[in-house]
Amino acid sequence: MQGLCVRGLNKSFGGLTVALDIDFDLPPGARKALIGPNGAGKSTFANLVTGILAPSSGTITFDGQDIGHLREAARVRRGIAKTFQITTLFRSMTVRENLRLPILQRDGRATGLWRRSDSDRGVEEEVTALLEQFRLAPLGDLPVSQLAYGQQRLVEMALTLALRPRVLILDEPAAGVPSSESPLIIEAIERLPQDLAVLIIEHDMDLVFRIARQIVVLVAGRILTEGSPAEISRDPKVRELYLGGAHV
Amino acid sequence: MTESLTLPLPERLARVPFLAEALLLAIAAAMFFLLPYSLGFLTRVLILMVLVLSIDLLLGFAGIATLGQAAMYGAGAYAAGLFAIHVWADPLAGLVVGAAAGAALALLSGLVLMRAQGLTLIMLTIAVAQICMEIANKARGVTGGSDGLRGIRMDPVLGLFEFDFIGQTGYWYALAVLAAVFLLLRLVTRSAFGLSLRGIHDSPARMTAIGTPVYGRRVAAYALAGAIAGIAGALTAQVTQLVSPEVFAFTLSAEALIMLVLGGTGRLIGGIIGVAIFMTVHHTAAAHDPFNWLFVIGAMVLGVVFFVPGGLVSLPARLRGLMGRAL
Ligand SMILES: Nc1ncnc2c1ncn2[C@@H]1O[C@H](COP(=O)(O)OP(=O)(O)OP(=O)(O)O)[C@@H](O)[C@H]1O
Ligand SMILES: [Mg+2]
Repeated sequence: MQGLCVRGLNKSFGGLTVALDIDFDLPPGARKALIGPNGAGKSTFANLVTGILAPSSGTITFDGQDIGHLREAARVRRGIAKTFQITTLFRSMTVRENLRLPILQRDGRATGLWRRSDSDRGVEEEVTALLEQFRLAPLGDLPVSQLAYGQQRLVEMALTLALRPRVLILDEPAAGVPSSESPLIIEAIERLPQDLAVLIIEHDMDLVFRIARQIVVLVAGRILTEGSPAEISRDPKVRELYLGGAHV
Repeated sequence: MTESLTLPLPERLARVPFLAEALLLAIAAAMFFLLPYSLGFLTRVLILMVLVLSIDLLLGFAGIATLGQAAMYGAGAYAAGLFAIHVWADPLAGLVVGAAAGAALALLSGLVLMRAQGLTLIMLTIAVAQICMEIANKARGVTGGSDGLRGIRMDPVLGLFEFDFIGQTGYWYALAVLAAVFLLLRLVTRSAFGLSLRGIHDSPARMTAIGTPVYGRRVAAYALAGAIAGIAGALTAQVTQLVSPEVFAFTLSAEALIMLVLGGTGRLIGGIIGVAIFMTVHHTAAAHDPFNWLFVIGAMVLGVVFFVPGGLVSLPARLRGLMGRAL
Protein backbone atom coordinates (compact mmCIF):
# COMPACT_ATOMS: atom_id res chain seq x y z
CA MET A 1 0.00 0.00 0.00
CA GLN A 2 1.28 3.46 -0.93
CA GLY A 3 1.81 6.17 1.68
CA LEU A 4 1.75 6.01 5.43
CA CYS A 5 -0.07 3.22 7.20
CA VAL A 6 -0.42 2.91 10.98
CA ARG A 7 -1.91 -0.16 12.67
CA GLY A 8 -2.72 -0.82 16.33
CA LEU A 9 -0.57 2.00 17.66
CA ASN A 10 -0.36 2.33 21.45
CA LYS A 11 1.55 4.65 23.69
CA SER A 12 1.36 5.45 27.37
CA PHE A 13 3.38 7.67 29.66
CA GLY A 14 3.38 5.77 32.92
CA GLY A 15 -0.32 5.32 33.69
CA LEU A 16 -1.47 7.89 31.13
CA THR A 17 -2.60 6.37 27.84
CA VAL A 18 -2.09 8.88 25.02
CA ALA A 19 -2.52 6.57 22.02
CA LEU A 20 -4.96 3.67 22.09
CA ASP A 21 -5.17 1.20 19.21
CA ILE A 22 -4.87 3.83 16.52
CA ASP A 23 -5.34 2.73 12.89
CA PHE A 24 -4.54 5.48 10.45
CA ASP A 25 -3.80 5.83 6.71
CA LEU A 26 -2.31 8.73 4.82
CA PRO A 27 -2.04 7.95 1.10
CA PRO A 28 -0.23 10.24 -1.38
CA GLY A 29 -2.20 13.39 -2.07
CA ALA A 30 -4.21 13.11 1.16
CA ARG A 31 -5.37 16.26 2.95
CA LYS A 32 -6.30 15.07 6.41
CA ALA A 33 -6.87 17.00 9.60
CA LEU A 34 -6.40 15.64 13.10
CA ILE A 35 -8.53 17.49 15.61
CA GLY A 36 -9.40 16.99 19.24
CA PRO A 37 -9.32 18.70 22.61
CA ASN A 38 -6.10 19.82 24.33
CA GLY A 39 -4.15 16.86 25.62
CA ALA A 40 -5.98 14.40 23.33
CA GLY A 41 -2.63 13.07 22.10
CA LYS A 42 -2.42 14.75 18.68
CA SER A 43 1.18 15.91 19.01
CA THR A 44 2.11 12.60 20.57
CA PHE A 45 0.67 10.79 17.54
CA ALA A 46 2.76 12.98 15.24
CA ASN A 47 5.83 12.25 17.36
CA LEU A 48 5.18 8.51 17.13
CA VAL A 49 4.84 8.63 13.35
CA THR A 50 8.01 10.70 12.86
CA GLY A 51 10.04 8.60 15.30
CA ILE A 52 10.59 11.24 17.97
CA LEU A 53 8.82 8.87 20.37
CA ALA A 54 8.80 5.07 20.36
CA PRO A 55 5.38 3.42 20.59
CA SER A 56 4.53 0.83 23.23
CA SER A 57 3.18 -1.35 20.41
CA GLY A 58 1.89 -1.16 16.85
CA THR A 59 3.29 -0.98 13.34
CA ILE A 60 4.08 1.90 11.02
CA THR A 61 4.76 1.31 7.33
CA PHE A 62 5.57 3.71 4.53
CA ASP A 63 4.98 2.56 0.94
CA GLY A 64 4.59 -0.94 2.31
CA GLN A 65 7.94 -0.93 4.11
CA ASP A 66 8.17 -1.18 7.88
CA ILE A 67 9.70 2.03 9.20
CA GLY A 68 8.97 1.39 12.87
CA HIS A 69 12.59 0.46 13.54
CA LEU A 70 14.01 3.56 11.83
CA ARG A 71 15.26 6.50 13.83
CA GLU A 72 13.76 9.91 13.36
CA ALA A 73 16.50 11.25 11.06
CA ALA A 74 16.24 8.18 8.84
CA ARG A 75 12.47 8.60 8.53
CA VAL A 76 13.00 12.25 7.57
CA ARG A 77 15.37 11.13 4.84
CA ARG A 78 12.65 8.77 3.59
CA GLY A 79 10.43 11.83 3.24
CA ILE A 80 8.41 12.08 6.46
CA ALA A 81 8.69 15.59 7.87
CA LYS A 82 6.93 17.54 10.59
CA THR A 83 6.69 21.10 11.79
CA PHE A 84 6.90 21.65 15.53
CA GLN A 85 3.99 22.92 17.58
CA ILE A 86 6.59 24.90 19.55
CA THR A 87 8.67 26.84 17.03
CA THR A 88 12.09 25.23 16.80
CA LEU A 89 14.48 27.22 14.65
CA PHE A 90 18.24 27.77 14.44
CA ARG A 91 18.13 30.86 16.59
CA SER A 92 21.65 32.17 16.05
CA MET A 93 21.28 32.02 12.28
CA THR A 94 19.77 34.31 9.71
CA VAL A 95 16.53 33.39 7.98
CA ARG A 96 18.44 32.44 4.84
CA GLU A 97 20.74 30.14 6.80
CA ASN A 98 17.72 28.52 8.44
CA LEU A 99 16.44 27.57 4.99
CA ARG A 100 19.83 26.78 3.46
CA LEU A 101 20.71 24.12 6.01
CA PRO A 102 17.76 21.77 5.38
CA ILE A 103 18.30 22.05 1.62
CA LEU A 104 21.98 21.13 1.96
CA GLN A 105 21.10 18.27 4.28
CA ARG A 106 18.36 17.03 1.96
CA ASP A 107 20.79 16.94 -0.97
CA GLY A 108 23.37 15.11 1.14
CA ARG A 109 25.79 18.00 0.93
CA ALA A 110 25.83 19.14 4.55
CA THR A 111 29.21 17.49 5.11
CA GLY A 112 31.11 19.53 2.51
CA LEU A 113 34.19 20.89 4.27
CA TRP A 114 35.74 23.43 1.92
CA ARG A 115 33.25 25.34 -0.21
CA ARG A 116 31.36 28.17 1.43
CA SER A 117 27.90 27.03 2.44
CA ASP A 118 26.30 29.90 0.50
CA SER A 119 28.24 29.37 -2.72
CA ASP A 120 25.80 27.13 -4.59
CA ARG A 121 23.60 29.06 -7.04
CA GLY A 122 20.89 26.41 -7.19
CA VAL A 123 20.55 26.24 -3.41
CA GLU A 124 20.46 30.02 -3.07
CA GLU A 125 17.77 30.31 -5.73
CA GLU A 126 15.70 27.76 -3.88
CA VAL A 127 16.15 29.70 -0.63
CA THR A 128 15.06 32.88 -2.37
CA ALA A 129 12.00 31.18 -3.85
CA LEU A 130 10.96 29.94 -0.39
CA LEU A 131 11.48 33.40 1.09
CA GLU A 132 9.30 34.92 -1.60
CA GLN A 133 6.62 32.29 -1.20
CA PHE A 134 6.26 33.23 2.46
CA ARG A 135 6.75 36.98 1.90
CA LEU A 136 9.96 36.87 3.92
CA ALA A 137 12.28 38.11 1.18
CA PRO A 138 13.17 41.45 2.82
CA LEU A 139 13.98 39.67 6.09
CA GLY A 140 16.32 37.03 4.68
CA ASP A 141 19.51 38.40 6.18
CA LEU A 142 18.10 39.14 9.63
CA PRO A 143 18.79 36.82 12.55
CA VAL A 144 15.69 34.66 12.80
CA SER A 145 15.42 35.53 16.50
CA GLN A 146 14.62 39.13 15.53
CA LEU A 147 11.50 38.15 13.60
CA ALA A 148 8.00 38.55 14.98
CA TYR A 149 6.45 35.32 16.28
CA GLY A 150 4.09 34.97 13.32
CA GLN A 151 6.99 35.32 10.91
CA GLN A 152 8.93 32.70 12.82
CA ARG A 153 6.00 30.33 12.29
CA LEU A 154 6.31 30.99 8.58
CA VAL A 155 10.03 30.19 8.70
CA GLU A 156 9.19 27.00 10.59
CA MET A 157 6.96 25.94 7.73
CA ALA A 158 9.32 27.09 4.96
CA LEU A 159 12.17 25.20 6.62
CA THR A 160 10.16 21.99 6.66
CA LEU A 161 9.01 22.42 3.06
CA ALA A 162 12.64 22.92 2.07
CA LEU A 163 13.06 19.19 2.75
CA ARG A 164 10.62 18.46 -0.11
CA PRO A 165 8.92 15.80 2.00
CA ARG A 166 6.48 13.17 0.72
CA VAL A 167 4.54 13.15 3.97
CA LEU A 168 4.09 16.46 5.72
CA ILE A 169 2.69 16.74 9.24
CA LEU A 170 1.81 20.26 10.33
CA ASP A 171 1.38 20.60 14.09
CA GLU A 172 -0.76 23.71 14.61
CA PRO A 173 0.97 25.73 11.87
CA ALA A 174 -1.23 28.77 12.42
CA ALA A 175 -1.10 28.87 16.22
CA GLY A 176 0.13 32.29 17.29
CA VAL A 177 0.15 33.66 13.76
CA PRO A 178 -1.69 36.98 13.54
CA SER A 179 -4.82 36.75 11.40
CA SER A 180 -3.24 39.15 8.92
CA GLU A 181 -0.62 36.53 8.15
CA SER A 182 -2.61 33.31 8.42
CA PRO A 183 -3.67 33.56 4.74
CA LEU A 184 0.00 33.05 3.92
CA ILE A 185 -0.09 29.75 5.78
CA ILE A 186 -3.30 28.66 4.09
CA GLU A 187 -2.00 29.73 0.70
CA ALA A 188 1.23 27.82 1.27
CA ILE A 189 -0.69 24.69 2.21
CA GLU A 190 -2.99 25.02 -0.80
CA ARG A 191 0.01 25.35 -3.09
CA LEU A 192 1.68 22.19 -1.83
CA PRO A 193 2.41 19.57 -4.49
CA GLN A 194 -0.74 17.57 -5.26
CA ASP A 195 0.84 14.17 -4.58
CA LEU A 196 2.21 15.21 -1.17
CA ALA A 197 0.41 13.56 1.74
CA VAL A 198 -0.56 16.21 4.29
CA LEU A 199 -1.74 15.78 7.87
CA ILE A 200 -2.65 18.97 9.66
CA ILE A 201 -3.20 19.20 13.40
CA GLU A 202 -5.19 22.32 14.13
CA HIS A 203 -7.67 23.92 16.52
CA ASP A 204 -8.68 26.64 14.05
CA MET A 205 -11.76 25.12 12.42
CA ASP A 206 -11.88 27.65 9.58
CA LEU A 207 -8.46 26.51 8.54
CA VAL A 208 -9.36 22.85 8.96
CA PHE A 209 -12.48 23.13 6.81
CA ARG A 210 -10.59 25.10 4.16
CA ILE A 211 -7.92 22.52 3.72
CA ALA A 212 -9.02 19.09 4.90
CA ARG A 213 -10.89 16.62 2.73
CA GLN A 214 -10.92 14.14 5.58
CA ILE A 215 -11.06 14.80 9.33
CA VAL A 216 -9.99 12.48 12.14
CA VAL A 217 -11.23 13.25 15.65
CA LEU A 218 -9.00 12.14 18.50
CA VAL A 219 -10.17 12.08 22.11
CA ALA A 220 -8.08 10.76 24.99
CA GLY A 221 -5.74 8.90 22.64
CA ARG A 222 -8.56 7.13 20.82
CA ILE A 223 -10.00 7.84 17.37
CA LEU A 224 -13.56 8.94 18.06
CA THR A 225 -14.60 9.17 14.44
CA GLU A 226 -13.35 9.89 10.96
CA GLY A 227 -15.09 11.38 7.94
CA SER A 228 -15.49 14.17 5.43
CA PRO A 229 -15.85 17.74 6.78
CA ALA A 230 -19.59 17.58 6.13
CA GLU A 231 -19.96 14.29 8.00
CA ILE A 232 -17.87 15.51 10.91
CA SER A 233 -19.78 18.77 11.29
CA ARG A 234 -23.05 16.76 11.41
CA ASP A 235 -21.72 14.15 13.84
CA PRO A 236 -23.57 14.48 17.18
CA LYS A 237 -20.60 13.13 19.17
CA VAL A 238 -18.32 15.77 17.69
CA ARG A 239 -20.89 18.50 18.15
CA GLU A 240 -21.19 17.56 21.78
CA LEU A 241 -17.45 17.52 22.18
CA TYR A 242 -16.96 20.93 20.63
CA LEU A 243 -20.19 22.76 21.41
CA GLY A 244 -20.68 21.17 24.80
CA GLY A 245 -17.08 21.76 25.86
CA ALA A 246 -15.46 25.14 26.35
CA HIS A 247 -13.31 24.60 23.30
CA VAL A 248 -14.31 25.60 19.79
CA MET B 1 29.93 48.46 -3.65
CA THR B 2 28.67 52.05 -3.56
CA GLU B 3 26.64 51.26 -0.49
CA SER B 4 29.74 50.33 1.47
CA LEU B 5 31.29 53.74 0.77
CA THR B 6 28.51 55.47 2.66
CA LEU B 7 29.10 53.41 5.79
CA PRO B 8 30.96 54.89 8.77
CA LEU B 9 34.66 54.09 8.94
CA PRO B 10 34.55 51.31 11.59
CA GLU B 11 31.92 49.45 9.63
CA ARG B 12 33.89 49.83 6.44
CA LEU B 13 37.00 48.52 8.18
CA ALA B 14 35.07 45.58 9.55
CA ARG B 15 34.28 44.56 5.96
CA VAL B 16 37.87 44.45 4.76
CA PRO B 17 38.68 40.75 4.50
CA PHE B 18 41.45 39.49 6.76
CA LEU B 19 42.12 42.94 8.24
CA ALA B 20 42.02 41.70 11.84
CA GLU B 21 44.09 38.67 10.88
CA ALA B 22 46.69 40.79 9.09
CA LEU B 23 46.88 43.07 12.12
CA LEU B 24 47.40 40.13 14.47
CA LEU B 25 50.09 38.71 12.19
CA ALA B 26 51.83 42.09 12.22
CA ILE B 27 51.67 42.14 16.02
CA ALA B 28 53.05 38.62 16.15
CA ALA B 29 55.94 39.63 13.88
CA ALA B 30 56.59 42.75 15.99
CA MET B 31 56.68 40.68 19.18
CA PHE B 32 59.55 38.71 17.74
CA PHE B 33 61.65 41.86 17.67
CA LEU B 34 60.24 43.48 20.83
CA LEU B 35 60.75 40.50 23.13
CA PRO B 36 63.71 38.64 21.63
CA TYR B 37 64.50 37.03 24.98
CA SER B 38 61.00 35.69 25.58
CA LEU B 39 60.64 33.65 22.42
CA GLY B 40 60.03 30.48 24.41
CA PHE B 41 57.11 32.09 26.18
CA LEU B 42 55.77 33.64 22.97
CA THR B 43 55.95 30.31 21.17
CA ARG B 44 53.98 28.74 24.00
CA VAL B 45 51.34 31.45 23.50
CA LEU B 46 51.07 30.58 19.79
CA ILE B 47 50.72 26.87 20.55
CA LEU B 48 47.99 27.58 23.12
CA MET B 49 46.17 29.51 20.40
CA VAL B 50 46.09 26.37 18.25
CA LEU B 51 44.72 24.38 21.19
CA VAL B 52 42.09 27.02 21.97
CA LEU B 53 41.01 27.11 18.31
CA SER B 54 40.31 23.39 18.55
CA ILE B 55 38.08 23.99 21.58
CA ASP B 56 36.29 26.82 19.78
CA LEU B 57 35.37 24.44 16.97
CA LEU B 58 33.72 22.22 19.58
CA LEU B 59 32.19 24.70 22.00
CA GLY B 60 31.69 27.79 19.87
CA PHE B 61 30.45 26.07 16.73
CA ALA B 62 29.06 22.64 17.63
CA GLY B 63 28.08 23.49 21.21
CA ILE B 64 30.09 20.57 22.62
CA ALA B 65 31.43 21.47 26.06
CA THR B 66 34.74 19.90 27.02
CA LEU B 67 37.21 20.10 29.88
CA GLY B 68 39.45 17.42 28.46
CA GLN B 69 40.97 18.74 25.26
CA ALA B 70 44.41 18.17 26.85
CA ALA B 71 43.85 14.46 26.15
CA MET B 72 44.21 14.97 22.40
CA TYR B 73 46.90 17.61 22.89
CA GLY B 74 48.93 15.16 24.96
CA ALA B 75 48.34 12.30 22.53
CA GLY B 76 49.68 14.50 19.74
CA ALA B 77 52.69 15.48 21.83
CA TYR B 78 53.68 11.91 22.73
CA ALA B 79 53.01 10.62 19.22
CA ALA B 80 55.12 13.34 17.63
CA GLY B 81 57.87 12.88 20.21
CA LEU B 82 58.05 9.11 19.82
CA PHE B 83 57.87 9.42 16.04
CA ALA B 84 60.80 11.85 16.03
CA ILE B 85 62.89 9.60 18.27
CA HIS B 86 62.16 6.24 16.68
CA VAL B 87 61.13 6.90 13.08
CA TRP B 88 61.79 10.23 11.47
CA ALA B 89 62.71 13.60 12.90
CA ASP B 90 61.08 15.66 10.17
CA PRO B 91 58.90 18.35 11.81
CA LEU B 92 56.08 18.43 9.26
CA ALA B 93 55.80 14.64 9.22
CA GLY B 94 55.66 14.88 13.01
CA LEU B 95 52.76 17.31 12.81
CA VAL B 96 50.85 14.88 10.62
CA VAL B 97 51.50 12.09 13.12
CA GLY B 98 50.39 14.34 15.99
CA ALA B 99 47.21 15.24 14.15
CA ALA B 100 46.51 11.58 13.41
CA ALA B 101 47.05 10.60 17.05
CA GLY B 102 44.76 13.39 18.29
CA ALA B 103 42.09 12.48 15.76
CA ALA B 104 42.32 8.76 16.56
CA LEU B 105 41.96 9.29 20.30
CA ALA B 106 39.11 11.75 19.78
CA LEU B 107 37.35 9.39 17.39
CA LEU B 108 37.71 6.43 19.71
CA SER B 109 36.63 8.26 22.87
CA GLY B 110 34.12 10.35 20.92
CA LEU B 111 32.16 7.26 19.92
CA VAL B 112 31.28 6.94 23.61
CA LEU B 113 31.45 10.59 24.72
CA MET B 114 29.25 12.03 22.00
CA ARG B 115 26.34 9.96 23.28
CA ALA B 116 26.48 12.04 26.47
CA GLN B 117 25.43 15.63 27.05
CA GLY B 118 26.00 18.45 29.50
CA LEU B 119 27.61 17.70 32.83
CA THR B 120 28.00 13.99 32.12
CA LEU B 121 29.91 14.81 28.96
CA ILE B 122 32.17 17.27 30.76
CA MET B 123 32.99 14.71 33.45
CA LEU B 124 33.76 12.09 30.81
CA THR B 125 36.10 14.43 28.91
CA ILE B 126 37.98 15.06 32.16
CA ALA B 127 38.15 11.33 32.83
CA VAL B 128 39.66 10.54 29.43
CA ALA B 129 42.48 13.04 29.99
CA GLN B 130 43.11 11.65 33.48
CA ILE B 131 43.31 8.11 32.14
CA CYS B 132 45.79 9.24 29.49
CA MET B 133 47.95 10.87 32.15
CA GLU B 134 47.85 7.68 34.20
CA ILE B 135 48.95 5.63 31.20
CA ALA B 136 51.77 8.07 30.39
CA ASN B 137 52.99 7.80 33.98
CA LYS B 138 52.81 4.01 34.08
CA ALA B 139 54.20 3.11 30.66
CA ARG B 140 57.72 4.09 31.64
CA GLY B 141 59.32 1.94 28.98
CA VAL B 142 57.73 3.92 26.20
CA THR B 143 57.04 7.35 27.66
CA GLY B 144 59.81 7.71 30.24
CA GLY B 145 57.13 7.95 32.94
CA SER B 146 57.13 11.02 35.13
CA ASP B 147 60.63 11.97 33.94
CA GLY B 148 59.13 12.61 30.55
CA LEU B 149 60.10 11.70 27.03
CA ARG B 150 63.64 12.90 26.38
CA GLY B 151 66.04 12.94 23.51
CA ILE B 152 63.79 14.50 20.89
CA ARG B 153 66.04 16.03 18.20
CA MET B 154 64.24 17.60 15.30
CA ASP B 155 65.53 17.91 11.76
CA PRO B 156 65.42 21.37 10.18
CA VAL B 157 61.98 22.59 9.08
CA LEU B 158 61.62 21.81 5.35
CA GLY B 159 65.26 20.77 5.52
CA LEU B 160 66.20 24.47 5.65
CA PHE B 161 65.58 26.03 9.03
CA GLU B 162 67.52 24.52 11.90
CA PHE B 163 65.91 24.72 15.35
CA ASP B 164 68.14 27.13 17.27
CA PHE B 165 68.95 27.59 20.94
CA ILE B 166 66.96 30.81 21.50
CA GLY B 167 63.90 29.55 19.67
CA GLN B 168 63.78 31.84 16.64
CA THR B 169 62.94 29.05 14.22
CA GLY B 170 60.50 27.59 16.73
CA TYR B 171 58.65 30.90 16.91
CA TRP B 172 58.22 31.37 13.15
CA TYR B 173 57.40 27.70 12.73
CA ALA B 174 54.65 27.83 15.38
CA LEU B 175 53.32 31.07 13.88
CA ALA B 176 53.12 29.50 10.42
CA VAL B 177 51.31 26.44 11.76
CA LEU B 178 48.89 28.65 13.72
CA ALA B 179 48.14 30.68 10.60
CA ALA B 180 47.55 27.50 8.59
CA VAL B 181 45.24 26.03 11.25
CA PHE B 182 43.36 29.31 11.48
CA LEU B 183 42.79 29.47 7.73
CA LEU B 184 41.73 25.84 7.65
CA LEU B 185 39.18 26.41 10.39
CA ARG B 186 38.01 29.58 8.68
CA LEU B 187 37.16 27.50 5.62
CA VAL B 188 35.62 24.65 7.56
CA THR B 189 33.45 26.81 9.80
CA ARG B 190 32.02 28.66 6.79
CA SER B 191 31.36 25.45 4.88
CA ALA B 192 28.19 23.39 4.80
CA PHE B 193 29.72 21.17 7.49
CA GLY B 194 30.36 24.25 9.63
CA LEU B 195 26.78 25.40 9.14
CA SER B 196 25.53 22.00 10.25
CA LEU B 197 27.69 22.25 13.41
CA ARG B 198 26.08 25.59 14.19
CA GLY B 199 22.74 23.89 13.61
CA ILE B 200 23.59 21.30 16.26
CA HIS B 201 24.66 24.11 18.58
CA ASP B 202 21.32 25.88 18.12
CA SER B 203 18.93 22.94 18.11
CA PRO B 204 19.81 19.24 18.01
CA ALA B 205 16.06 18.51 17.85
CA ARG B 206 15.64 20.54 14.66
CA MET B 207 18.81 19.09 13.17
CA THR B 208 17.40 15.60 13.63
CA ALA B 209 14.10 16.79 12.20
CA ILE B 210 15.82 17.82 8.96
CA GLY B 211 17.38 14.38 8.70
CA THR B 212 20.86 14.95 10.15
CA PRO B 213 22.56 12.07 11.96
CA VAL B 214 23.46 14.37 14.84
CA TYR B 215 25.56 11.86 16.74
CA GLY B 216 27.76 11.11 13.74
CA ARG B 217 28.19 14.79 12.99
CA ARG B 218 29.24 15.41 16.60
CA VAL B 219 31.76 12.57 16.46
CA ALA B 220 33.20 14.03 13.24
CA ALA B 221 33.53 17.46 14.86
CA TYR B 222 35.17 15.92 17.91
CA ALA B 223 37.68 14.03 15.75
CA LEU B 224 38.52 17.12 13.70
CA ALA B 225 39.04 19.19 16.85
CA GLY B 226 41.12 16.30 18.19
CA ALA B 227 43.38 16.46 15.13
CA ILE B 228 43.96 20.17 15.70
CA ALA B 229 44.67 19.70 19.40
CA GLY B 230 47.06 16.94 18.34
CA ILE B 231 48.87 19.41 16.09
CA ALA B 232 49.22 21.79 19.04
CA GLY B 233 50.67 18.96 21.13
CA ALA B 234 53.07 17.94 18.36
CA LEU B 235 54.29 21.54 18.12
CA THR B 236 55.04 21.57 21.85
CA ALA B 237 56.97 18.33 21.63
CA GLN B 238 59.03 19.56 18.69
CA VAL B 239 59.76 23.03 20.00
CA THR B 240 60.51 22.18 23.64
CA GLN B 241 61.97 18.76 22.74
CA LEU B 242 60.42 17.30 25.86
CA VAL B 243 57.08 15.66 26.66
CA SER B 244 55.98 14.96 30.22
CA PRO B 245 52.67 13.55 31.50
CA GLU B 246 51.74 17.11 32.43
CA VAL B 247 50.61 17.59 28.82
CA PHE B 248 47.41 15.83 29.91
CA ALA B 249 46.89 18.14 32.91
CA PHE B 250 43.39 19.22 33.82
CA THR B 251 44.60 22.78 34.39
CA LEU B 252 45.62 23.01 30.74
CA SER B 253 42.14 22.00 29.54
CA ALA B 254 40.50 24.34 32.01
CA GLU B 255 42.73 27.34 31.33
CA ALA B 256 42.32 26.91 27.59
CA LEU B 257 38.56 26.98 28.07
CA ILE B 258 38.81 30.12 30.21
CA MET B 259 40.92 31.80 27.52
CA LEU B 260 38.29 30.98 24.93
CA VAL B 261 35.40 32.29 27.02
CA LEU B 262 37.40 35.42 27.80
CA GLY B 263 37.96 36.18 24.14
CA GLY B 264 34.59 35.00 22.87
CA THR B 265 33.36 31.71 21.43
CA GLY B 266 32.26 30.89 17.91
CA ARG B 267 34.40 33.50 16.17
CA LEU B 268 37.87 31.87 15.92
CA ILE B 269 39.50 35.27 16.35
CA GLY B 270 37.98 35.42 19.85
CA GLY B 271 40.07 32.48 20.98
CA ILE B 272 43.23 34.12 19.63
CA ILE B 273 42.49 37.33 21.52
CA GLY B 274 41.55 35.42 24.66
CA VAL B 275 44.87 33.57 24.74
CA ALA B 276 46.81 36.80 24.09
CA ILE B 277 45.07 38.61 26.95
CA PHE B 278 45.19 35.71 29.38
CA MET B 279 48.88 35.08 28.76
CA THR B 280 49.75 38.79 28.93
CA VAL B 281 48.04 39.09 32.29
CA HIS B 282 49.66 35.87 33.42
CA HIS B 283 53.09 37.09 32.36
CA THR B 284 52.90 40.57 33.87
CA ALA B 285 50.75 39.92 36.92
CA ALA B 286 52.61 36.76 37.82
CA ALA B 287 55.88 38.69 37.70
CA HIS B 288 54.52 41.20 40.23
CA ASP B 289 52.67 38.78 42.43
CA PRO B 290 53.27 35.12 41.71
CA PHE B 291 50.57 34.00 44.14
CA ASN B 292 47.59 36.23 43.43
CA TRP B 293 47.62 36.70 39.65
CA LEU B 294 44.77 34.24 39.32
CA PHE B 295 42.54 36.77 41.09
CA VAL B 296 43.09 39.16 38.20
CA ILE B 297 42.10 36.47 35.72
CA GLY B 298 39.12 35.49 37.87
CA ALA B 299 37.89 39.08 38.00
CA MET B 300 38.29 39.42 34.24
CA VAL B 301 36.34 36.25 33.55
CA LEU B 302 33.54 37.34 35.87
CA GLY B 303 33.47 40.74 34.20
CA VAL B 304 33.24 39.19 30.76
CA VAL B 305 30.59 36.64 31.72
CA PHE B 306 28.37 39.28 33.31
CA PHE B 307 28.94 42.32 31.13
CA VAL B 308 30.19 41.09 27.74
CA PRO B 309 28.70 37.59 27.32
CA GLY B 310 29.97 37.48 23.73
CA GLY B 311 33.55 37.75 24.98
CA LEU B 312 36.07 40.52 24.47
CA VAL B 313 35.87 40.28 20.64
CA SER B 314 32.29 41.48 20.84
CA LEU B 315 33.29 44.52 22.93
CA PRO B 316 33.72 46.99 20.02
CA ALA B 317 30.33 46.11 18.51
CA ARG B 318 28.74 46.33 21.95
CA LEU B 319 30.22 49.73 22.69
CA ARG B 320 29.10 50.97 19.30
CA GLY B 321 25.61 49.69 20.09
CA LEU B 322 25.61 51.48 23.45
CA MET B 323 26.82 54.73 21.90
CA GLY B 324 24.25 54.44 19.14
CA ARG B 325 21.50 54.14 21.72
CA ALA B 326 22.87 57.06 23.77
CA LEU B 327 22.90 59.36 20.73
N1 LIG C 1 6.93 13.21 27.22
C1 LIG C 1 5.79 13.14 27.93
N2 LIG C 1 5.78 12.58 29.15
C2 LIG C 1 4.64 12.50 29.86
N3 LIG C 1 3.47 12.95 29.44
C3 LIG C 1 3.40 13.51 28.22
C4 LIG C 1 4.56 13.66 27.40
N4 LIG C 1 4.21 14.27 26.25
C5 LIG C 1 2.88 14.50 26.35
N5 LIG C 1 2.41 14.05 27.53
C6 LIG C 1 1.00 14.09 27.94
O1 LIG C 1 0.28 13.38 26.99
C7 LIG C 1 -0.97 13.98 26.74
C8 LIG C 1 -1.12 14.27 25.28
O2 LIG C 1 -0.25 15.31 24.92
P1 LIG C 1 -0.18 15.89 23.44
O3 LIG C 1 0.87 16.95 23.46
O4 LIG C 1 -0.02 14.79 22.49
O5 LIG C 1 -1.61 16.55 23.29
P2 LIG C 1 -2.20 17.41 22.08
O6 LIG C 1 -3.41 16.70 21.61
O7 LIG C 1 -1.16 17.71 21.10
O8 LIG C 1 -2.63 18.72 22.85
P3 LIG C 1 -2.60 20.26 22.37
O9 LIG C 1 -3.81 20.47 21.55
O10 LIG C 1 -2.65 21.01 23.65
O11 LIG C 1 -1.34 20.46 21.64
C9 LIG C 1 -1.02 15.24 27.61
O12 LIG C 1 -1.76 14.95 28.78
C10 LIG C 1 0.42 15.49 27.93
O13 LIG C 1 0.54 16.11 29.19
MG1 LIG D 1 -0.17 19.37 20.47
